[in-house]
Amino acid sequence: MKFVAEIREGLGISWNALISNKMRSALATLGIIIGIVTVTLMGAAINGLNQAFIKNVSALGADVFYVSRFKWFNNTYEDWLSMRKRKPLHLVDAEALTKQLTLAAVVVPAISDNDSVKYKTRSASSVDIIGTTDGYLQTSGGDIAQGRFLTAADGRGNQPICIIGNAVATNLFRGENPIGQRIRIANQSFQVIGVLGKQGNLLGWSLDNRVIIPIREFLSGIWNGQLDDIEVKAGKLANLDDAQNELRQVMRRIRHLRPDQPDDFAINQQDQLVAWFHSQTATIAVIGLFITSLALFVGGIGIMNIMFVSVVERTREIGVRKAIGAKRRTILLQFLIEAACICCFGGLIGLGIAWLATLAVTQWLFPASLSVGIVITAVLVALLTGVVAGFLPAWRAARMDPVEALRSE
Amino acid sequence: MSLIHLRNISRCYQMGAETIHALRDVSLEIQRGEYVAIMGPSGSGKSTLMNLIGCLDTPTAGHYELNGANVSEMDDNQLAEIRNREIGFVFQTFNLLSRSNALHNVELPLIYNGMAMEQRRRVALDALAQVGLADRVHHKPNELSGGQRQRVAVARALVNKPSLLLADEPTGNLDSRTGAEIMTLFEELSRKGNTLVLVTHEEDIAKHARRIIRLRDGLIASDEKQAAGPG
Ligand SMILES: Nc1ncnc2c1ncn2[C@@H]1O[C@H](COP(=O)(O)OP(=O)(O)OP(=O)(O)O)[C@@H](O)[C@H]1O
Ligand SMILES: [Mg+2]
Repeated sequence: MKFVAEIREGLGISWNALISNKMRSALATLGIIIGIVTVTLMGAAINGLNQAFIKNVSALGADVFYVSRFKWFNNTYEDWLSMRKRKPLHLVDAEALTKQLTLAAVVVPAISDNDSVKYKTRSASSVDIIGTTDGYLQTSGGDIAQGRFLTAADGRGNQPICIIGNAVATNLFRGENPIGQRIRIANQSFQVIGVLGKQGNLLGWSLDNRVIIPIREFLSGIWNGQLDDIEVKAGKLANLDDAQNELRQVMRRIRHLRPDQPDDFAINQQDQLVAWFHSQTATIAVIGLFITSLALFVGGIGIMNIMFVSVVERTREIGVRKAIGAKRRTILLQFLIEAACICCFGGLIGLGIAWLATLAVTQWLFPASLSVGIVITAVLVALLTGVVAGFLPAWRAARMDPVEALRSE
Repeated sequence: MSLIHLRNISRCYQMGAETIHALRDVSLEIQRGEYVAIMGPSGSGKSTLMNLIGCLDTPTAGHYELNGANVSEMDDNQLAEIRNREIGFVFQTFNLLSRSNALHNVELPLIYNGMAMEQRRRVALDALAQVGLADRVHHKPNELSGGQRQRVAVARALVNKPSLLLADEPTGNLDSRTGAEIMTLFEELSRKGNTLVLVTHEEDIAKHARRIIRLRDGLIASDEKQAAGPG
C-alpha cells in the first residue's frame, strides 16, 4: 500500500516535471528516441524479412535439388572464377538424368534470360524469360491461375506458346483476357496459353514478372544449348540424402569424372538458402544492436545529465520531503521513476517514428512488420535505460543532507 | 517523563582549519504541552538547535531523547520515520511544493506514512479546515497569500498529529497583521494541548509563549517561564 502510494506520488512528480520542462525533456530523449527507433526498425525488418522469406522460400521446395555449375553461397572470388571454367550443363545431361535417376520424381531443365515483352503497343521490360518443360510447375512451387501449363508434349516440341506470370498479365493486358492472345519476345510471336498464380518476391526478386516458354523454343531462338540449372525433385518416398547421393553419382558418371577428380558441378538446396538468409539477418541484427547500444548509451548519458540538473534544481524540494518523512528509498524511487518516465516518453515517440518508418520501408524497400514482442521489448529497453541512467543522480538526491538541502536557494 | 531531553549536546562545524561551535554543551528539557520560544542574536545557534530537536540533524556530541527514544543513535531511515510521525515543521519560507495544490501539500506526510487514499484525503481536508482554508484546498501556493501559505504549512505540520510542532521564524516573511494571525493559530493549537517550540527574533512574538529560552554563542543564556501570553 505504502509502496503503491509512493510510486503514484513518483509518477505525479514525473508528470509535472515532464510537462513543465517539455523542451528539455524532448531534447534529452533524443538519444533514447534514436535508440528505440533503431531497435524497433531492426526488429521489424528482421521480422518482416523472415515472414516474407518463410512465405516465399516455399517456392523452392525442400525436396528439390538445383544442379548447376555454381554453388549458390559462400563463394570466394577464386571459387567463382574456377566454377566459371566448368563445363556447362546441357539439355542432354537433363535427359540422361531423367533416364538414369531412380529416386527422382521429376527432372526439369531450365534456362532463363531477361528481355522485354510486347503486347500490341504496350511493353514490359526486363521480364524473366524461362525456357523449361512441363515439370517446372512441380519444382518451382507455382500454380496456374488461368488456362493451362506446358504439357509433356509441349516440353518436347517447340510450338510458340507461353505461360505468363501474374505481374506480366496485369501490366500487359490490364483486365483483357490474355488467353489466346499473342505477345512478342525478341521479335518472335508467342501465344499465351496460361497465367500463373501470384507468387510474390524471393529476396526482392519478383516471381510474378516472368514468361515461361518451351525449352526447345528457347533453343531455336537465342540459346546455345547450355542450361542454367537442372532441377531435380526427389520422389515422394525417397530419402533426401539417398536421392542427393544418387544424383551426385549419376552426375559424375554423365560428366565422365574419374574417382580422383572433384565434382565439376554443384548441387544446391533450399536449406542452403535458408542458412544464408539467417546469416544475413544475423548481420542486420548485429549492426542494429551496435547502433542501438551506441544510441542508448549516448541517450543514457543525456538522461543522466538532465537528471542531475533536475536534482540540483529541486534540492530544496528534496529537503522539504525529507523533513516531513521521506526516506532515502522514497527519494531514490522518485527520481528513478522520473528518469524511467522520460525514457518511456522517448521510447513511445521512438515507437511512433519507427511505426511510420516501417510503413515507408514496406512501401518502398522490403517488407517490415512490427510485432507486440518488438513493442514490448522497445518499451522495456527504454525503461531499463532510464533506470540505469537515472540511478546515479537519484542516489545523490537520496543521500542529500536535509538541513543542507533546506538551506539551498 | 519529558518529551524532549537534551543532555550536553554540542554541534560543531568544521570550516577548513577552524571549528565553529554552533552549540556548546547544551542541556534542556521540554515537557509535553509546553509552548516555548527560542530567542537570541543571529548566529547564536537557534536554527541549529531546532534542527537537532527536529531530528533533521544529529549532534556532534551529547545525548538526545525524544519521547523516550534515543535519537542520537538512530540511522537515516529511523530519523525519517521519527520526523514523519513525531514532528511537524513550519519554516520561515513556507517550503511548500510549488507545483502541488494545498491539499496535496498537506497529504504528503500521510503518503509517506502509508495512509490509505480516502482516509488521507479526509484527514488532510480536516487539517486544512482547522487552519481556516477549507475553501482554498485546490489552490497552488502561488495562488495563495503569504499568510495562507503559512497556514497550509501549519496544516501540513499538524496533519500527522505529531508530538511536537517546530517553527523556525514562522512570521519572518509575513507582515505584522498576518504574523499575528499565525500566532493566534499557534495560541489555539497550544490550548488544544500541542507542544510548540518556535524560534523568533521579535519580543512581541515571543510573549505568546509560556517559556523563553535565550541563546548566546551556542550557550543557553537564560531560560524563564512567564505567565500566559496576551490573548
Ligand atoms: N552548515 C554549516 N556550516 C558551517 N557553519 C554553520 C553551518 N550551519 C550553521 N553554521 C554556523 O553555526 C552558527 C549557528 O547558526 P544558526 O543557523 O543556528 O544560527 P541562528 O541562531 O539560527 O541565526 P539566524 O537568527 O541568523 O537564523 C553560525 O555561526 C553559523 O555560521
Ligand atoms: Mg536561523
